Parts: sequence; C-alpha cells; structure tokens
Amino acid sequence: MKCSEFLHELTNYLDGVLDETTKVELENHLSWCHNCYVVCDTTKKTIEIYRDSQLYELPEDLRSRLRSAIMTKCQQHKKRGPQSV
Amino acid sequence: MEAIQNKLVGPVSDEMALVRAAKGGDDSAFEELVRRYDRNVFRIAQHITQNREDAEDVVQEAFLKAYGNLAQFQEQSKFYTWLVRIAVNEALMKLRRRRPERTVSLDEEIKTEDDSLPREIADWSPNPEQIYTQSELREILSKTIQGLPPGFRTVFVLRDVEGLSTEETASALELSVPAVKSRLLRARLQLRERLGRYFQKRESGDGNQ
Repeated sequence: MKCSEFLHELTNYLDGVLDETTKVELENHLSWCHNCYVVCDTTKKTIEIYRDSQLYELPEDLRSRLRSAIMTKCQQHKKRGPQSV
Repeated sequence: MEAIQNKLVGPVSDEMALVRAAKGGDDSAFEELVRRYDRNVFRIAQHITQNREDAEDVVQEAFLKAYGNLAQFQEQSKFYTWLVRIAVNEALMKLRRRRPERTVSLDEEIKTEDDSLPREIADWSPNPEQIYTQSELREILSKTIQGLPPGFRTVFVLRDVEGLSTEETASALELSVPAVKSRLLRARLQLRERLGRYFQKRESGDGNQ
C-alpha cells in the first residue's frame, strides 16, 4: 500500500468499515511508515477531542426557556391551524 | 488502533411511539422529542452558524417546523435524521442571511484531490487537550472549526460530533454517500492540520506557537 492509498482509506479505517484484507494492508503500511502513522493517530485524536469537547453545550436555563417558547408556539400553531408555520 | 465508535441517540422504536403520539395530537409526546434532541440541534446549529443567537433561533424554528409538518413525516427514516435535515436547512439560511457576500452551499466547489494532503506531519504531545485549560481548549476548537467551509464542518459535525452514520448524514444533507465520505476526509484532515499548530510536540524551552 502506498501513502496515497492509505489516505484514501483513512476515513473507512477510522470508521471501522474496512474489509479485512485492506485493513491488514493498511496496518502493515502503518507499521513501517511513520508519517502515515502520525497522520492516522492525530486524525483519530482530532475526532476524539471534538467529540468529547462539550463545545456548544446548551445551558439548562436557556434550554428550559427555549423549550417553553417552542411549546407555546406549537400550541398557538394548533389553535390557528396548519397554514401558520 | 480501535475504530471510533458512534454515539447512539435513543432507542428508535421508542422514538417512533413518541412521533405517532405527537402526530395524534399529544403535545407532551412532542415535548419529550424536544427534550431528547434540543441539545443536539443546538450544537449542530451553532457549529454551522457560529453564532449563539442564530443557534437559539434555529432550535425554535426547527422544532416548530417539525411540529407543523409532522403529518408529512413518512416514518421511513428516523425522526432525528428528519429533524436534523430541517435544522441544517434553517441554519444554512441564517448563515446566508448573515453573510450574503459569501456563497454558502453544501455543494460548494470541491478542489483537487490534493488540497488536503497532509503537509505538516509532526507528532502531537501525548495528551494535547491537557496543555490548555478547558476554556482555552474550547476557544481553540471553536476557532479551528470556524475556518472550515460550512459544507465541510456540517458533515464533520453530523458524523463525528453527533454520531450519525454516513448514510444518515447523506440523507440529512441530501448528498450522496461518496460526497459525504469525501467531505468528511477533507474536514478531518484539515482540522487535524490546523489543530497541529496548537498541539504539536515541542522541544523543552521552545515557546514558539
């Protein structure tokens, strides 16, 4: 496997959807190609950092304000009929 | 290396029961759906619009639209995927209104295959997220993802932050599966490269950014 082929398969590899043969070839490539190993490892870390970051969490007070606004508008919509959305 | 596992968002059968009850006029069932997905919709909206007020509006508008169009929901996909599609469209509309000078589209021009080939290979510190405080880290992550084209960051957020499958992401964004995969690879590689500026392993005493 060449570096460009590794890159082509990287997303499938990280998502765990590679067939066994390609996976073995890719891991073999990673075992001797340090650059691709680093790219693979840091890409995986990138995903994990974003996934675990709790970026843009909805604060509880805002959450309940939004929810009651939504439900009030839904009830108004129900009273007025379906053409109002 | 272990594959990244997706987060699951609630049991589907239970979700369908709530949707059916809501369709039948049970507002408390709809409120339960709001409770279940409001955080996700808010996160997606803020990632796309990069603006808190817009994200708040998108949450309200998306749920209200879902409520008003519930009868049209065919139950062939998950309610959540359908809701995400509505929310993404609302968020993109906000973005277009805010930045009329820039084209905002999920179908934006894709450059050559080489545009996201890694240029910077240096390894990261072992626990990069621990170099910074929580608020510094959030600032870095937010600034970094903001630099990505909206079409790329939307795919990244749905797949990697919210844990939708490739097929669900394709369906929510009305893109093909290969288009989602291509954008996802570029988004991941571009984020990796940009984060490298903050997370690279440094020699001791080297204070350069």
